[in-house]
Amino acid sequence: MQDKAYFDIAREGLWTNNAGLVQLLGLCPLLAVSATVVNALGLGLATLLTLVASNLTVSLIRNWVRPEIRIPVFVLIIASFVTAVELVMNAFFHQLYLILGIFIPLIVTNCTILGRAEAFASRTTPGRAAADGLAMGLGFMGVLVALGALREVLGQGTLLADAHLMLGDWGRQLTVEIIPHYQGFLLAMLPPGAFIGLGLLLALKNVIDRRLEDRRRAVTAAPHRARETRGGATA
Amino acid sequence: MKAPTIREMALAGGLLMGFAVAGTAIVAFVHQRTAERIAANEAAATRALIHEIVPAGSYDNDVVTDTVTITAPEALGSDDPLPVYRARRDGQPVAAVMTVVAPDGYNGAIKLLVGVRDNGTVAGVRVVRHQETPGLGDGIEAARSDWITQFRGRSLQRPQPRQWRVAKDGGTFDQLTGATITSRAVVRAVREALVYFRSHRQALFARKRTD
Repeated sequence: MQDKAYFDIAREGLWTNNAGLVQLLGLCPLLAVSATVVNALGLGLATLLTLVASNLTVSLIRNWVRPEIRIPVFVLIIASFVTAVELVMNAFFHQLYLILGIFIPLIVTNCTILGRAEAFASRTTPGRAAADGLAMGLGFMGVLVALGALREVLGQGTLLADAHLMLGDWGRQLTVEIIPHYQGFLLAMLPPGAFIGLGLLLALKNVIDRRLEDRRRAVTAAPHRARETRGGATA
Repeated sequence: MKAPTIREMALAGGLLMGFAVAGTAIVAFVHQRTAERIAANEAAATRALIHEIVPAGSYDNDVVTDTVTITAPEALGSDDPLPVYRARRDGQPVAAVMTVVAPDGYNGAIKLLVGVRDNGTVAGVRVVRHQETPGLGDGIEAARSDWITQFRGRSLQRPQPRQWRVAKDGGTFDQLTGATITSRAVVRAVREALVYFRSHRQALFARKRTD
């Protein structure tokens, strides 16, 4: 645990222990704010920033905090960072801030952040803790954006609609109309659509994992079989 | 695990307090650095919305600063004083842009700007702030659908106040698909604003500006 390699930290955060797809943490914002790619990206970035900052801080102070008060201290740290992120978003991405609304302050209650502080950052070096925050945050953001893309295409036939809210006026040209004259598919925009979409992503991940597992087994099994065949031939 | 001594407890409490102070300091610092920008953002957003409601050429005063605040919880849906922006041309009233709260949105209060021309017709309605369902209730934003533009040119004569309801309730106005409660709240808030304007028109324009 103490000396987990950076490569493993990255792999766990992005895939094998993904916050959204494997730990299934932070589902509330994941399901609520994933109606479009831009919303998903905005909240994903805010969560990522909070996660890196809180992981780093928790790791820096890990030797001073007594175990009895560590949870309240972690919550304090996380709440402070989230409030700061909220203020910064209000100042620099005002429109996006208005859209994401209550879900920015609710980042405090995203279990991923407290979970990583408690389970990983408080037991490792600041560098590894920050890397873990980055990997977990990117993994979470990836799921948010994937779900956002899925729901936006199915729900309103576009991708990156309202990108100007985040990137300024040049973002307008990023909007892609995937399906022209699309009537819209309400279910995809509604909460049930979020659940179904997440279910599909989970299934997809499981399929990919199984394929990888099969291939690995085939590779390890292959030399074995080759030897047997050769043995059979000489006998 | 042995029970902690008084000294250990005090130490833990002190440490906790230290972190509370540090956390507050971070927030206070960021707040101080962003407050001006946030206020400017909000003023700019208000200005842009007013310009959408009342075309820039139709008045000649500084509409964003020519304001009075009114407190009318019954009619305007909020216990707080709400600003009214007044547009004039050659000193004559052109329109009043009233801040109105629809307290009964699907997910809390919806803050609106309702522009009323001097003759009592709606110049336009825009949403300032809301927390309605993304993909459904957020259709009240002008950027997402043109639903909110159907109020333009309406008045308490057209349609009659009894018809100031969504179509589902037998009224004149379309509701947003899947967001009837949201639509209902906005229609009612606009109607109440018009009723208030009808009985307070002269006072609204005559009152000295509040700074």
